[in-house]
Amino acid sequence: MSKTTDTVPEIGSIEPNQHGYRSFTLGSFGFSRDEYFAHVVWAKGRHMLPVDAFLRALQRDIAWGFFYGIVNFDAVVGTMNHYGSVDLFAGRFNDHYRRAGLDHSERFATPLIQRVFEAMLDDWTNAGFDPFASPQETGSAFGPKNGSNKEAITRHRVTAKRMIAAPGDEPLRTDDNGFPVNRHFRDVPQDKPDVRPEPGFEDEVVAFSLFAYLSRSDVTWNPSIVSVCKASLYCPTTEEYILPVIHGNDRVEWFVQLSDEIQWEVEDRDTGAVRARVTMKAGDVAAMPADIRHRGFSPKRSMLLVWENASPELPALYASGKMPPTPVQF
Amino acid sequence: MAHQHVTRFGSLKHYEKGGVEVINDDARNYVFSNVFEVASKAKPYEKVAVGKNIEYVIEAIRAEGTSGWRAPAQDEFALVMDGEVEIRLLKLENPGVVPAGTQGSVALAGTPAGRKMGVVRARRGHMTLLPVGAAYQFHAAQPGVVLLQTVAGADTVERWADICQTTPRRNAR
Repeated sequence: MSKTTDTVPEIGSIEPNQHGYRSFTLGSFGFSRDEYFAHVVWAKGRHMLPVDAFLRALQRDIAWGFFYGIVNFDAVVGTMNHYGSVDLFAGRFNDHYRRAGLDHSERFATPLIQRVFEAMLDDWTNAGFDPFASPQETGSAFGPKNGSNKEAITRHRVTAKRMIAAPGDEPLRTDDNGFPVNRHFRDVPQDKPDVRPEPGFEDEVVAFSLFAYLSRSDVTWNPSIVSVCKASLYCPTTEEYILPVIHGNDRVEWFVQLSDEIQWEVEDRDTGAVRARVTMKAGDVAAMPADIRHRGFSPKRSMLLVWENASPELPALYASGKMPPTPVQF
Repeated sequence: MAHQHVTRFGSLKHYEKGGVEVINDDARNYVFSNVFEVASKAKPYEKVAVGKNIEYVIEAIRAEGTSGWRAPAQDEFALVMDGEVEIRLLKLENPGVVPAGTQGSVALAGTPAGRKMGVVRARRGHMTLLPVGAAYQFHAAQPGVVLLQTVAGADTVERWADICQTTPRRNAR
C-alpha cells in the first residue's frame, strides 16, 4: 500500500465530454461517464458499470461517510474505510482479479476522496434522477447531461444523539415537514404512543412511533441512527428493490426485520464466493458475520432495523483474529 | 385503480419465519431466530437475547402481567413489537441502587423510592426511552412483545442453541 494521498491539483476536467459530463481522477484512477455507463480505469485495467447503479452506490458511499468496512459498488470497484482514510480499489475483493494480478488499490485522505466523489455525484446526476429513491419513484439516470439534482443528493443524514423526538434531538417526520407516508406504507398505523409525563418530567418521558417514522422515509437503503445506547446504534432503514452496494463487513452487523421480507445474498468478503442465502420475514433476527459481504433484495418496501456496534477498536480486533467473525458461538 | 400494498408485521399469534439456506457455510454463523417465536416460548419478562454484539444485546421480552421494577445503568430503549404495554417511570431517589460498574440493568426489590415521572402506553412500533437514573416497570393486560436495546446484564438469558437455526436448510413456518 502506498502512502495516503491527501492533495489533488483540481477536481475533475474543466471541459465536459461529448455527452456533457466532466471526467474525474483520483490518484491513478480515472472516472468518466457516457449516456449509459460509468467508466473506471486504472493502470492495469478498466471497468464499466451501469450509471444508475453507479450513482446509487456513490450516493450511499458519500452519505454514509464510507460506512463500516467495505462498500463494493459491484464485484470489481469499491471503497474500504479506514476511518480517516479510504482505499479506492478495483478487483481487490475479486478472487479472479487477484489471481490475475489485475487488482489495484490506493489510499486517500477521507476529505479528499469525499470531495471528488461529491463533485462526481453532483455533475453526473441529472435533473429528475434521485439516487436515494426506489426505481419506481425516480426518473432516469441515462442520457446526455441534463441539469442537476442537488437537493436530492445533499439530504440531511439522520443521526440521533439519544433518540428521535427526544428534546434537542432529531425531529419526527410529518406531512408538514415534507415527509408524507410512502405509497407502500399507507396501511401503517400513524397513531402515537400515549405519553403522560408528570409535571417537571416532560423532557424525560419520551416516546415516538418508530414504525410511523419509517413509513415516512423518503429514501431507500439508508441506515439512519434513531437511538443510541453507548456504542450500540439502532439504524433502521426502509428497503425496496436492491441494495445498491454489496456491503463488506469489518465487524459483526445485525438485522432485525421489522416488516415484510428481504432476501440476502451472502458471500465471502474477500473472494466473493457464495456462502448462503438468508430470507428474513417480520420478526426475524440474523447476524452478518465480520468476514462476509451481503446484498439485499426487497420485493416490497420493507422496514429493516440495522444494528451496529460503533466501537472504534472493532475493525482491528476482527482483522487481527483476536475476535471471532461470528458474534456467538454455540 | 392503484395497487394497494399490504405491510406485513409479525405478532405472537401470527408470524412467518424465514431462515438460512446454506451454500457453503454453517447456519449457526447467522444466529438466526425470530422474536415472536422466542417470546412465545418465554416466561413473562424473561430477558432473552436475540442479538449480541460484544457487550451489547437486543433482548426479546414477553410482556404479560406486571413486571418487577428495573433500573438501567445507561439509557435503554423499549420497542413494542406486539400488543400494548404500559411503561411506568420513576425517578430514583437513590441512584446508588444501581451499583457502579453495573452492566445493563438491575432488578429492584419492591417499588423503589422516588418521584413518579409518568407513564407511556405504547403499542406496536412505538419506542420509549428508559432513561438512566430512572426505574421502570412494564404492564401488559394481554401478552405482547418488547424488543429492548441494552447492554448484557446479569439477568440477560442466552440460550442460542434453543432459539437459533442450526441446520443447513430452513424449516419454513
